[in-house]
Amino acid sequence: MIETFLEFPFLRNTLYTGLMIGFIAPLLGTFIVVRRLSFIADGLSHVTLSGVAFGLMMQKKFALLMISPFYTGIAFAVIGAIFIEYLRGIYKAFQEIAIPIILSVGVGLSVIFISLADGFNTNLFAYLFGSVAAVSRTDLYIILMISVIVVAIVVFFYKELFALAFDEEFARASGIRTKTIHILFIVLTALVISASIRIVGVLLVSALMTLPVAASIRISRSFKQAIFFSILFGEAAVLIGLISGYYLEIPPGGTIVMTEALILLGTIIFNKHIHFLKTRG
Amino acid sequence: MTENILSVEHLSFQYDEQPVLKDINLSIQKGEFAGLIGPNGSGKTTLIKLILGLEKIQTGQIHLFGTPLEKFKQWHKIGFVSQKANTFNRGFPATVYETVAMGLTGKLGYFRFLKKKDQANVYEALSNVGMEKFAERNIGDLSGGQQQRVFIARALVSSPEFLILDEPTVGVDTDNVERFYKMLADLNQNQGITLLLISHDIGSITTHVTDLLCLNKTIHYHGNPNNYQNMTDEQKSQFYGHSMNTVTHHHS
Repeated sequence: MIETFLEFPFLRNTLYTGLMIGFIAPLLGTFIVVRRLSFIADGLSHVTLSGVAFGLMMQKKFALLMISPFYTGIAFAVIGAIFIEYLRGIYKAFQEIAIPIILSVGVGLSVIFISLADGFNTNLFAYLFGSVAAVSRTDLYIILMISVIVVAIVVFFYKELFALAFDEEFARASGIRTKTIHILFIVLTALVISASIRIVGVLLVSALMTLPVAASIRISRSFKQAIFFSILFGEAAVLIGLISGYYLEIPPGGTIVMTEALILLGTIIFNKHIHFLKTRG
Repeated sequence: MTENILSVEHLSFQYDEQPVLKDINLSIQKGEFAGLIGPNGSGKTTLIKLILGLEKIQTGQIHLFGTPLEKFKQWHKIGFVSQKANTFNRGFPATVYETVAMGLTGKLGYFRFLKKKDQANVYEALSNVGMEKFAERNIGDLSGGQQQRVFIARALVSSPEFLILDEPTVGVDTDNVERFYKMLADLNQNQGITLLLISHDIGSITTHVTDLLCLNKTIHYHGNPNNYQNMTDEQKSQFYGHSMNTVTHHHS
């Protein structure tokens, strides 16, 4: 089954991209979930949609083909991330309000851009729900670059990111520049989201960052274990979802997320019956 | 010559016009075991946040190890134990080892990884609080008292010279409170760590500390705990605003 993916170049690109985002999305997702910031991924994915819509509009209306929707999506996501932090600073007492603000602005802008371009064709559908055929060679290289940056930053700032996730007050009292680390983290999240939408689509990208983690924290004792299982589940879901999506002719966003949901269900049942890793040792 | 670990001069603080601290002056010398008591809302936690640089100073000055707070960089010299045993996310996937190793983050600095020696320090800090056997356990699975000891190990792992504990016995069962004070006395006497213990519970704290501070927006008493014990209730209420014996606050 997987041979087909290796045989055709466009499927090969999709497979490689899938494996990369199956790694980086749950990696960052572990930090996002334990910091109770799961909704940030949703907010940012909708901002990315407005960026994509903007890019598609520029292409259609002004024939600006060098403005790829993929790039404008990345740019909007990063700007949106910084803006969420700005809003969280203003509404200190209601920090969660930043997310519905950004999310609705993202959707509002998307609607405007889409209608300005007199509606879109299947292209938009691919961005919404993901596609097995959407990844070009250039996209692949950009996603590879994003993956390298994300992994490198997480490795080098692991102890700071972990301290910030566990206990922000303690991190600040230890002299860590928590604000800088947090902004770095949010920008990374924006990059991962914009990289992931090629495969899973805007509407389901946050699932790729949170569902594998939701499954892994049920069975993990340590934080490193939680990261390991999140990535393992993320990769399994991407592989199974991509291949089944291709053969069933369903956008991979749907099949990947449903695979993750099944894994999550499995860990809940597993955890109910045996306390395996958590109580060992 | 005694060395000033902490000195606070003319410190005042207010949240939206509401005065929280008024003209606080105090100093803590090396080797002291200082206890800071005060009822709820007396400004204890705000004072600690100011000392740790978690809140911005509005008026007055704070010196740590002789350095003005704004210029102070050696945060690893200060260990901090908050009331986290009650409030931290118990579902967090972290082992006891990972939690304590977190205490080295500031000391190591950016782009540094834990070496063998650092790992040994983590185990040493854990055995200091009698928790070395629990290193691989999930932190959320432990009892409140055990968690608090882990948080103390996290504060101790960077070998601080000054340890600040904010209501550390809240959430610790009474049987373990006495044991807990013994451990603090050992840190103070045998390892030479200067301690500042914040509490609303005057009863148990006065028998252990060498220096007592009573705070209710301003410092009402600073001195020997025995002298304070010997004062009449009337004198105490003058310092404190109302009788200490009736103070039985519980944190929610």
